[in-house]
Amino acid sequence: MKRRGYDGVVLCAPVSVPYRRYSVNSAHWWIGRALHALTQRTGMKPNELDGLSVSSFTLAPDTAIGLTQHLGLSPRWLDHIPLGGASAGVALRRAARAVQSGDADFVACVGADTNHVDSFRKTLSSFSRFAQDAVYPYGSGGPNASFALITRHYMNRTGATREDFGRICVAQRANAQRYDGALMQKTLTMDDYLGARAISDPIHLFDCVMPCAGAEAFLVCREEDARTLGLPFVRVLSAIERHNAFQDDPIQYRGGWAQDRNDLWDMAGIQPDAVDFLQTYDDYPVIIMMQIEDLGFCAKGEAPAFVRAHTLTTDGDFPHNTSGGQLSVGQAGAGGGYLGLVEAIRQLTDESGPTTVPNARIGLVSGFGMINYDRGLASCAVVLARA
Amino acid sequence: MTDPLIRPRRKDPLRKTREPLLPQGVRSRTGHGLTAAAAEGRFALQVCADCGFTLYPPRDVCPRCLSARLPFQDVPPEGVLLAETTIRTSTDVYFRERTPWRIGTVVLDCGPSFVAHLHGDVIEGTRVRMTLRLDKSGMAVAIAMPERSTAHQEDDVQLRELTCDPKFRRVLITDGRNATGQAMARAMAAAGASIIFIGIADPWKPFPGEATLRDVPNAEIVSLDLTDTQSVADVAGEIAHRIDILVNTTEHPRAGGIMHRHGLTIAHEEMDIRYFGLLRLAQHFGPTMRARGADGVNAAAAFVNLLSVHALINWPLYGAFSAAEAACLSAAQALRAELRDGGVKVLNMFAGPLDTEWFQSVPPPKLSPATLATATVDALRKGIEDCYVGDIAQDIKGRLDVQPKALERELGA
Repeated sequence: MKRRGYDGVVLCAPVSVPYRRYSVNSAHWWIGRALHALTQRTGMKPNELDGLSVSSFTLAPDTAIGLTQHLGLSPRWLDHIPLGGASAGVALRRAARAVQSGDADFVACVGADTNHVDSFRKTLSSFSRFAQDAVYPYGSGGPNASFALITRHYMNRTGATREDFGRICVAQRANAQRYDGALMQKTLTMDDYLGARAISDPIHLFDCVMPCAGAEAFLVCREEDARTLGLPFVRVLSAIERHNAFQDDPIQYRGGWAQDRNDLWDMAGIQPDAVDFLQTYDDYPVIIMMQIEDLGFCAKGEAPAFVRAHTLTTDGDFPHNTSGGQLSVGQAGAGGGYLGLVEAIRQLTDESGPTTVPNARIGLVSGFGMINYDRGLASCAVVLARA
Repeated sequence: MTDPLIRPRRKDPLRKTREPLLPQGVRSRTGHGLTAAAAEGRFALQVCADCGFTLYPPRDVCPRCLSARLPFQDVPPEGVLLAETTIRTSTDVYFRERTPWRIGTVVLDCGPSFVAHLHGDVIEGTRVRMTLRLDKSGMAVAIAMPERSTAHQEDDVQLRELTCDPKFRRVLITDGRNATGQAMARAMAAAGASIIFIGIADPWKPFPGEATLRDVPNAEIVSLDLTDTQSVADVAGEIAHRIDILVNTTEHPRAGGIMHRHGLTIAHEEMDIRYFGLLRLAQHFGPTMRARGADGVNAAAAFVNLLSVHALINWPLYGAFSAAEAACLSAAQALRAELRDGGVKVLNMFAGPLDTEWFQSVPPPKLSPATLATATVDALRKGIEDCYVGDIAQDIKGRLDVQPKALERELGA
């Protein structure tokens, strides 16, 4: 069956609550700040939000339903999406269909997490059953160690070097220097990158994101409602998601995008060369390379050459992670899954200020998440267009 | 090649003893199928009974056919190390003080990818042999070993965290009067134990084999009587802080069942020597051993019980003896849980009748004390916790696994 488009559905009101390295506040507080900013921004009253989609790792023991009472909301459509870096794309897909069908009119999508001094260790040790049985007892290196194995294998197979990964990190830091919300804005040189201490070989310090507290949000509604509220908006041309793809690969070398990209481009009616900027999920540079390949920007195994051939900066060719990505902004838990999408909405509604990519009309946002055992399971991608 | 272990110098009494920490000891219930295999030194994974798919990590549903019939069974442990990493920072306190620590992705010939600990001699891209071992928290972990053994491979730091190798460790053998204790002393000396304390009750009384026992390298006789609480307390006060491996060789096998013995004298003796003897050792040596579970190269490692396999199911010809052994097994399980906080293992060696005077009328096969001693050293080197030594013990274990009720009737026939 031919997929139906997302006609008439728009995204608006991009919100980023300034991040902090550590927070004494709860995830509830961060979600509350994001929704507060969203209502301020849209001029809506809280009870006019009749749909809510939440992604957060640190909300326990609550889930989205408890949050409705905590926040005093009474939505007629509610979703809780525990998909880490794929949260925003998946939230968008579900919310768009709800709005399109009239099950809800205004869906607030929020990704937020707090970061207490000991949150990260606790999240890791009980992240999943497989993590408990088969990952954490093996050195407790967390995602650094899991991605080290994936990175090592990718380097062995493609010939990628640390410099290739470094080009991505250095370019993102340059972008972050134009984004006020980035926690890390100090200039990063290739020498800094290469000379950083090893964390879990071949992963070194600047390959890793810094866990932090923060919140990101946007609103999904119908185009006419956005116009009524006077909100700038972007259109959704296509969206894909896939979970646990290529399970027979002995180690992760590709993600679900490789399986669904034809669907993505067919539905959008464009080809990769029409994309003006790319926001990838950048929890480790090797995954960025996989996204560049698997989404069709270059052939499999050629991302190292691709990143050598492009500047990856907002003012250059192939702008990538225009606000600096999680590598420079910080990883606010599930908020990290929203970072690229919220920044893309800003780019396509002329709200991105110093990080603006000139004349950007089409943006691609890609998500990836959930190392359950040895690989990331969730993947998604969204093509957005200026209205 | 592994750097050979260096004999530890005498401990500086002013230095703080490193507190034992444990790696995460939480597993899913199904995941304990690996614990069961590791406890016996086997490499077993789940194999779907419906479609034959071999899977890992442990699951409750087959990811090929959704079957729920997923028994653990022994599978070929060979594979290829596809990728490796050296962890240099860890969020976990146990690993934090043990970095750098190598792990890697092993693609097993039987199918699954297994993220495992790596022996120092394995090389990325080459073939490895996986073994399941018990870590300091008593839970199963896999370590990829070189396909062919390498020089000093048992001395590898990551492997030694998972084993109780007697090399450079100090051993207490609780009873050197019997053949088992004497064979154990020789086996420990051969395995490189640095001191072997040998308990003898009333050492002024001569006993067979005394001269050769005194000639065992690094042996030191101590006066120890497990039926005397004060004697156990005195010895523990002297040497408990130096005991890394305790082997309870005190035995008291007596024929006879339950009904036809007159009075309780023999039963009292059996319980006093074996069950209360174990309790006295546990109370006086256990706390010190538990506190020394991470005390360097010669950290406390194991508390070894030599049990009759009839602790698992009663043999009516030796009915009261079997019951006393069963009491010891039950106490050993409790002790295992209590020593786990220190990363100290309880090793139970299950044996059939020994080839000694107290099993004189029992027909062969019977186990020689030397075989039991060698098997104990081997089990310590593997770090396993349940070992069935010899034909009888393995026969009983096999029949118990299949049909315990049939075994009960057959032993009583």
